[in-house]
Amino acid sequence: MKIKNLLGIRELESEDIIQILDTAALMKPIMETKNKKTNYLQGKILVTLFYEPSTRTRVSFELAAKYLGATTTNISTSTSSVVKGETLIDTARTLQAMGVDIVVMRHPMTASHRLLERHLDATIINAGDGINEHPTQALLDIFTMRQYKQRIKGLKVVIAGDILHSRVARSNIWGLTKLGAKVAVAGPSTLIPRDIEKLGVEVYNNVRDAAVDADVVMALRVQLERQKSGLFPSLREYSMYFGIDESVLEVAKDDVLVMHPGPVNRGVELPSSIMDASNSAIEEQVTNGVAVRMALLYLLTRGGDI
Amino acid sequence: MEKLLIKGGRVVDPSSSTDAVLDVLVEGNKIVLIGKDIEGEGFQVVDAGGKLVFPGLVDMHVHLREPGQEHKETIESGTRSAAAGGFTTIACMPNTDPVIDTPAMVEYIKLKAEKAGYVKVKPVAAITKGLKGEELSPIGELVQYGAVAFSDDGRPVMNSRVMRRAMEYSSMWDVPIISHCEDTDLSGDGHMNEGEMSTVLGMRGIPAIAEEVMVARDIAIARFTGARVHIAHVSTAGSVELVRRAKAEGVRVTAEATPHHFSLTDRDVDGYSTNTKVNPPLRTYEDVEAVKQGLRDGTIDAIATDHAPHHRDDKEVEYAVAAFGISGLETALSLAVTNLLNSGILTPIQLAERMSTAPARILGIEAGCLKEGGTADITVIDPDIEYVVDVNAFKSKGKNSPFDGMSVRGKAVYTIVDGIIKNI
Repeated sequence: MKIKNLLGIRELESEDIIQILDTAALMKPIMETKNKKTNYLQGKILVTLFYEPSTRTRVSFELAAKYLGATTTNISTSTSSVVKGETLIDTARTLQAMGVDIVVMRHPMTASHRLLERHLDATIINAGDGINEHPTQALLDIFTMRQYKQRIKGLKVVIAGDILHSRVARSNIWGLTKLGAKVAVAGPSTLIPRDIEKLGVEVYNNVRDAAVDADVVMALRVQLERQKSGLFPSLREYSMYFGIDESVLEVAKDDVLVMHPGPVNRGVELPSSIMDASNSAIEEQVTNGVAVRMALLYLLTRGGDI
Repeated sequence: MEKLLIKGGRVVDPSSSTDAVLDVLVEGNKIVLIGKDIEGEGFQVVDAGGKLVFPGLVDMHVHLREPGQEHKETIESGTRSAAAGGFTTIACMPNTDPVIDTPAMVEYIKLKAEKAGYVKVKPVAAITKGLKGEELSPIGELVQYGAVAFSDDGRPVMNSRVMRRAMEYSSMWDVPIISHCEDTDLSGDGHMNEGEMSTVLGMRGIPAIAEEVMVARDIAIARFTGARVHIAHVSTAGSVELVRRAKAEGVRVTAEATPHHFSLTDRDVDGYSTNTKVNPPLRTYEDVEAVKQGLRDGTIDAIATDHAPHHRDDKEVEYAVAAFGISGLETALSLAVTNLLNSGILTPIQLAERMSTAPARILGIEAGCLKEGGTADITVIDPDIEYVVDVNAFKSKGKNSPFDGMSVRGKAVYTIVDGIIKNI
């Protein structure tokens, strides 16, 4: 890969995405072997720098790094000098001085990684920036779709929920459209970003209309505070129009795949019956997340083919 | 007495509809003669062949930051920057610390400006005490001490009743209320224009309607009260149209636009440079075209910089927390020449009107014309000079410009204030 940092899917070429997916397919078996340790990243230091709470993304990165033989450490807001008002630039300089190789950062503000990039030589991976992008989530989602459907081109993918505040939706839209999938988004008008159709997606205000003949239906987690800030009247009404229930899956293709970036609000975005059904890929997404992150760490730090 | 002869320039004076190659003779602080082929001895001669000779430029919207934020700009550095940019008079906004809402503060600004000695400074005082949007400042007394207009710029007057009272009260002195039109409930925590680009870049948007509903409100209040309102930094096509219709109706409304709002679009935010973060935000191509058209047909009376110098520490941070504002005094004229004059949108006489005569008229100050017996505030412009903007060469402390590294045309070669060259 020609790039050193992964800040977003928007800046990737479709060949880059394919290379990451192909490499992830080779990495996945490592997780299933008895001895999970390789030495591809031996001697490398990876730091996870999380300004927002996260369990699965951080753990997924740490495990991916460890399977590849890297040493990891993590900084989260509650334990670091961040709470003392240290700026992002100060943190970058500190990490620079300590000689880390890879920094995985999650930050509540869009494009904060650009600031980090200007003050740090290490490889930087975006684990979520504000409402902008969450590129590794999209990569694992696309990897999962390809695993089940054997292709991306021509698939109809529906993303339902709070599109406006969703970095998962945005990264998936960039990635899926680059690879030739048809993307439809469904959400209340108050949670659809302006002019999103110019990104090449169809917009629906009812998930049942959006889901007709869909190959994949992805529900997004709805944040409770959105209701309090007046973006929709109640969780009940949200669930009525944008929750994924059996009637939604009925209009989709028979082999429709159900996805969710987690954690799920059971009974709001999805009922338990659908979460645990055979066409749900929710747990497989978690497994694939590790494989995709292994591929990415390998490609960004070593370059070349496996 | 010092005598200065500005020889062979294209003298452009909107107030007398002059646009001809003429000489201008200055004695002391006055223009004594404007005519062809003035001869004589003992003059300092300024060769203005191929240059434009404009009445001194007037910038009616500048943030000088002093007192309170001298690390960003001082009255000395800001007025020196103004002189470098071709301005002979500037009006400074009251959002300093303390706020310009007392006669003492107006006096302070005037004294410091006089001491700096570069250009003339006309204080704009606060509409409400402490810019709190609640109680009116002592408007009458502030006018007596030299405040030329009233504005809570940067902190819009959200309470419509307070705005009504401000317009009613200020109309007794016929001074304009300069309105920063922004409904802060609608702009919320946005950082750039809301539209395709905010969606592409994953940033929270500031919708055009945040500006337009307040432009509509202030026009309605001006119509109702008969007062004068001046709309600051018009940035959307909708605002231009509202002002155009109000003027046709006879409402006493005037408007200004900034160089960045006729030179850049929200596409320039791609790359996330915090120097593109400004309020109101950079808008779409269609908005930029509407602003240019408004400048052409006179809907927008004046070009004003909204010069907002910031320290590096306020800009070298995450986009979301970066300060709003562009350091504009030293690029305004070049952007106007490059994007309005050279592209045929404005004639030289219209450009002089927008950058000198109109803002002087709106503020009710003696400036903006070239006439015998008048004050010798003159800007000599080379419209052909081509150069690359370099923020490190700015006289302003504020290096926050999205135009850094951009190739532009046109520059003030002489800024003459009261008969004295101030930009060298």
